[in-house]
Amino acid sequence: MFEKALIGDRKYWGLIIVLLTIIGVGFLLYLWQLKIGLKITGMSRDVSWGFYIAQFTYLVGIAASAVMVVLPYYIHDYKAFGRITILGEFLAVSAVTMCMLFIFVDLGKPMRVFNVLLHPTLNSVMFWDMVVLTGYLLLNIVIGWTVLEAERNEAPPPKWVKPLIYISIPWAPSIHIVTAFLYSGLPGRGFWLTAILAPRFLSSAFASGPALLILLALIIKRFTRFDPGREQIQTLAKIVTYCIIINVLFFLFEVFTVFYSQIPEHMHHFEYLFLGKAGHEKLVPWMWVSFIWMVLAAALLVIPRVRRDHNILAAGCVFVIVATWIDKGLGLIIGGFVPNPFDRITEYWPTLPEALIALGVWAMGFFILSILYKIAISIKEEVMD
Amino acid sequence: MDISRREFLRIAGASTIVGVLGGWAAVELLAPGKLEEKYLLKPGALTAKRWAMVVDTKKMDEVTANRCIEACHRIHNVPDIADPKHEIKWIWLEPFENAFPDQQQEYVAEYLKEESFILLCNQCDNPPCVRVCPTKATWKREDGIVMMDQHRCIGCRFCMAACPYGSRSFNWMDSRPFIKERNPEYPTREKGVVEKCDFCAERLDEGLMPACVEVSNGALIFGDLADFKSEVRKILRTRYSIRRKPHLGTNPQVYYIV
Repeated sequence: MFEKALIGDRKYWGLIIVLLTIIGVGFLLYLWQLKIGLKITGMSRDVSWGFYIAQFTYLVGIAASAVMVVLPYYIHDYKAFGRITILGEFLAVSAVTMCMLFIFVDLGKPMRVFNVLLHPTLNSVMFWDMVVLTGYLLLNIVIGWTVLEAERNEAPPPKWVKPLIYISIPWAPSIHIVTAFLYSGLPGRGFWLTAILAPRFLSSAFASGPALLILLALIIKRFTRFDPGREQIQTLAKIVTYCIIINVLFFLFEVFTVFYSQIPEHMHHFEYLFLGKAGHEKLVPWMWVSFIWMVLAAALLVIPRVRRDHNILAAGCVFVIVATWIDKGLGLIIGGFVPNPFDRITEYWPTLPEALIALGVWAMGFFILSILYKIAISIKEEVMD
Repeated sequence: MDISRREFLRIAGASTIVGVLGGWAAVELLAPGKLEEKYLLKPGALTAKRWAMVVDTKKMDEVTANRCIEACHRIHNVPDIADPKHEIKWIWLEPFENAFPDQQQEYVAEYLKEESFILLCNQCDNPPCVRVCPTKATWKREDGIVMMDQHRCIGCRFCMAACPYGSRSFNWMDSRPFIKERNPEYPTREKGVVEKCDFCAERLDEGLMPACVEVSNGALIFGDLADFKSEVRKILRTRYSIRRKPHLGTNPQVYYIV
């Protein structure tokens, strides 16, 4: 099937070349980072994780959300989603790959990464995160590829793949729960030390992932002969709507606990993010945009008539994606480190090389996604003919 | 002999598996990992069931504190990086409100307000950094010292996120050029790894007190918490002491007499 990725029109090759160029720039800058050290990033002794780990966290959510198309189809026999499960699975493959790359580029000693396997440490959540991410990547590659191959041969998928599919369903939320546990079990970081972190991760994941899937489906519909289907997009839209509403609620639950209890270690981080502290307010506009866009998207999409208009739906999805990206890809990690354990404020902002390395990783993800989607759609078109 | 493509692949696959397993077995035979299991103590080494430190803040004036910091950083090749974003420190000074943010209040005693507190790794009895490390590059010894293996550390900085005391520093770059005067007796660190105070484990092995304790004129008291007659137990028995963020359950083993 891979040969399908090697034939395409000018637009396809144009996209591939653009992505490869961005990957190349990111790669060169990464080599520079490898030479100089992580000094070239905006991270510091106080904010010791930044943009890379934040992107990783956001993308785990995108990856986990594949379950939102797989589960209804296989558990509830919701036939419509059979058409697009492959889009969810391949999106997961590309997102998990990006997650792994983001962890990798964040390491101070990347050449020692296999120490995690050489000295397996069961009490470290990072170890478990590696286990679940690797497992999830393999599951989605094997399932996606096998089912697509069966579809090409117009035969039912082999029997052995069914158990893998059922395993992949609880596996999907597990990757995001474990990722939340990286943060929510640390005693000294009041911003993360809350049981609602994992639920918040899931709700924002199940809003942002399907929102991205809707946009991808609309793009596919426009540029290829394969139509992911109106019903499919509408069902995804409902998932996005209710998950973003739940996400806003979960956030407000946390705000209530933090501010009604008035415990300083928990309040300070929210104050820094949403009000600014002692003149440090780099993230304030971002956080408000994030919150307002989430509420706006929820208010728009909850109205069925509005949701049915695909132009407005697309706009709503962009709102959801950007808002949840700011929330997780910017506020969550940085906010956890500010103020620091000495109640002091050190601000963080990614440097240009850091941002370009991150962009390179994103481009790598979209490169993989383009190739996988090209294969999947070519097969779908072939079967249609 | 003709072999088909299928057969060739089968033989190639099988020999790969044999090769990998054989190689693994050879490594296990030659280096079975027994070396790590025990190491012998030098005669005269200082040992304890539970090492702990008491800071007598009444005696710890700024001159003494700076002498302690200087001794530690010189002996351990701690680089002197001015930029606070990238600085590396094993032992340093903070005002009361930053050292004990949860015990800060408007009407705190004047002498506490003016004083600086000497901070170092708390060698927690329940260390979150050890709990999170994915490679066991940081671990707790039986005598309570939280150690750091810079040769195993992958630089993921999970321990820095986990430490509630800001006791850990990361080598954001090659910091060797920032070492003022290199001590050949102690290793320097590469870029990309985490480091921190380890109660001078290497000096205890030689029968020496930690470097900071040695030059502290009695402001730092170091000893075995399990020994009723030890100096640390004696002072903790008779004077009121506080610890940094004890409510987090880390059980820090650096005590402050205020």
